[in-house]
Amino acid sequence: MEPAAKTARGVWRSVVQTGALWGAGAIFLALVGLVEAVSHRQIVAGVLSLAYALLLLAGLGAGTQVSRRWAGRAAWQRIVGGALAGALVGVAVELLVVIGRSVNLRIMLINASPPLYEILSFGRGLGGVPLMMLAQTGAGAIGAAAPLLPPWFRRPVIAGLSMAFVIGLFQDLVQLMLQSGVRAGLRSLLFTGDGLALHGAVLLFVFAAGLSVLRARYRAPAGRWAVGLPPQRRRVLRWITMGAVVAAILILPWVAGLFISQVLVLVGLYTLMGLGLNLEVGFAGLLDLGFVAFFAIGAYTVGLLTTTGPLAVAHLAWWTVVPIATVVSLIAGVFFGLPILRIRGDYLAIATLGFGEIIRLLVLSDFLRPWLGGSQGVLGIPRPVLVGLEFRGPQQLIYLTVVASALVAFVAARLRDSRLGRAWMAVREDEDVAEALGINTVNVKLLAYGIGGAFAGVSGAIFAVMLGSVFPHSFNVLISINVLALIIVGGMGSLPGVMVGSLALVGLPELLREFSDFRFLVYGAVLIVMMQLRPEGLWPTAVARRELHDGAQAPAVPGHAVELAGAKEGDG
Amino acid sequence: MTLLDVENLHVYYGQIHALKGITLHVDPGEIVTLIGANGAGKSTTLKTISGLLRPREGRITLSGQDLAALPAHEVVAKGVVQVPEGRRIFGQLTVHENLSMGAYTRTERDGIDGDLERIFTLFPRLKERRAQVAGTLSGGEQQMLAIGRALMSQPKVLLLDEPSMGLAPVLVEQIFETITGINQLGTTVLLVEQNAYMALQIAQRGYVLQTGEIALSGSAKDLQANVEVRKAYLGG
Repeated sequence: MEPAAKTARGVWRSVVQTGALWGAGAIFLALVGLVEAVSHRQIVAGVLSLAYALLLLAGLGAGTQVSRRWAGRAAWQRIVGGALAGALVGVAVELLVVIGRSVNLRIMLINASPPLYEILSFGRGLGGVPLMMLAQTGAGAIGAAAPLLPPWFRRPVIAGLSMAFVIGLFQDLVQLMLQSGVRAGLRSLLFTGDGLALHGAVLLFVFAAGLSVLRARYRAPAGRWAVGLPPQRRRVLRWITMGAVVAAILILPWVAGLFISQVLVLVGLYTLMGLGLNLEVGFAGLLDLGFVAFFAIGAYTVGLLTTTGPLAVAHLAWWTVVPIATVVSLIAGVFFGLPILRIRGDYLAIATLGFGEIIRLLVLSDFLRPWLGGSQGVLGIPRPVLVGLEFRGPQQLIYLTVVASALVAFVAARLRDSRLGRAWMAVREDEDVAEALGINTVNVKLLAYGIGGAFAGVSGAIFAVMLGSVFPHSFNVLISINVLALIIVGGMGSLPGVMVGSLALVGLPELLREFSDFRFLVYGAVLIVMMQLRPEGLWPTAVARRELHDGAQAPAVPGHAVELAGAKEGDG
Repeated sequence: MTLLDVENLHVYYGQIHALKGITLHVDPGEIVTLIGANGAGKSTTLKTISGLLRPREGRITLSGQDLAALPAHEVVAKGVVQVPEGRRIFGQLTVHENLSMGAYTRTERDGIDGDLERIFTLFPRLKERRAQVAGTLSGGEQQMLAIGRALMSQPKVLLLDEPSMGLAPVLVEQIFETITGINQLGTTVLLVEQNAYMALQIAQRGYVLQTGEIALSGSAKDLQANVEVRKAYLGG
């Protein structure tokens, strides 16, 4: 009797908790103004706006969470539970409408405006209140049903919906890409004046779902087929794949258009910096919050040595200056390392933070103005030219960043597997032991700062020609933090992770630019959720995955956990 | 002819005078133990010899060569290597990778592979687990790995800091047997232990440290027989 009552209460509690949590989330998004801001954005023209998509996602999420938590229960129970949680989200949201209509909340919450209430009640006044509750209940039920579906059905559906959602969300950009010829035809097929047409969305859904089905059906056989090939044929296959990748990169900027190329160049620059910082933080375990300094040094070296403006030191070609900029950043990295060699942990973070600021203030200072240009910066940096081809804009610079990133990633991979890489690893894991094993920790750490700095210098060199000018305010501490965040999100120490991380943390916010300040809200939320759900990063190294996902197998602090294990096992 | 010679060693932690003139020597092929209470300066002595701490005064020589001025990694290259207290293996790496890290100072491939085999004969358990992540080893296995890792650098003198710490009694015995084995293969051992009873069983000579000074020294047998040592460290 007693335990049954207890579990019944537990069941209710989990529904109420989940519903309240997602409801609070939805209310939060409404009150910060996000819902209203995105209400004009049509995902599917005339059918679903981004505002409603977001609101219904709350109900959907609540339903899924309840259903996941009740994994052992009967299907109908899970769906009813999910629907209840969804209904609760609806109640929470509509409570805001009801309260907001009778009490003036705007005194404190400036976004609690009548237009917001209109959106939250489908523009029908109080009559819309039950409608929204009903919609959220439905969303909760659907969300709860999703985990019940067999994967062969669920995966294509999710793939199709995601495709339609993403294309709908970025419809401006997609339409920009589809301007002429066949592509223009595709555009008129999918889009209406306001956005993605309903039939367009259905087409995209069918397309993505179909691809997903095909992938599930043929992926394993294709893999077996490739493995079964004789080595010679396999090599040919690999060359064909690589050729296809190169070809894709070559045509990418012309398909993607100017804006996306610009974003991709930026992603490339951050990838370069990420590879450098990854070497310091990921490989050698040296936290660095002043990394932007090397980026600035690379950019200013290129600026001063190539500019045609009044600050010109020499009129060298960009190609000549890149190696110089790299070496200058490398030397700067070593000098940077010297005073902080003996500092560890939190103190290191603060000390490096100072270094980044010093460089920014130096280039900004009036004292150095005659040489560095002060707040005016360095102007008139000519574009690089290669056999008659001028790297005019992002569509050309993209090649430069791709080649530079590939080169730097290759160097980083070779370094990781080298003797020096092993020494970095030892310093990261235990500096005292590294020293006691005969590793010259001083040299090894200085090399990490130096080479890491050199990579950022290359990035700065491209940045300088991208803008055609260099200003002090481009080099603020946010860049350092961004680079650190992207290697954490990508997966500490992982090279592909750097690229994935910069796509996620640099590329996405750029694409979401039209949502202005809200993108930082999204950015912050993504970081928190990531660290909760996937602390090892999007593309982690094997070691990190081992550590964070087989917790029982590999204790994080070997000393403590294993002492007990040793005493218990006792069989040596 | 002594192998390792320490003369009048003074070490400070800030204002605290931790070692007040330690003098000791280790002859080739010996096992010498440093025993004493917590805070007597045993670990400090080892860390100073291996270059992790700097003496303010005093001399450390290996076969006549000065070690006191060298940084830790060069002391390793000279042939003095320390197994740190609390094992401190690389928990995320495999057994094999840990051992390879031990050979960091060396570059000859064949010699390293040969030593790897020797260590696997010394510790068959490590051979079984060579591909296992070191953090998942038992305490005793981790201690063996830490010793094996140090041996990979082909030391002349092995400095052991509390190898029995935190291990079950049966494992402690095994570890001490291993130390004797390593010694018989030609490595000189300087052993710091709180388990004075076991340490004096395998050592030829010993030093008793008290608040940073050598209170007593002599052959292991004499120390075992000494009334004060018995009272203070051997339980009566």
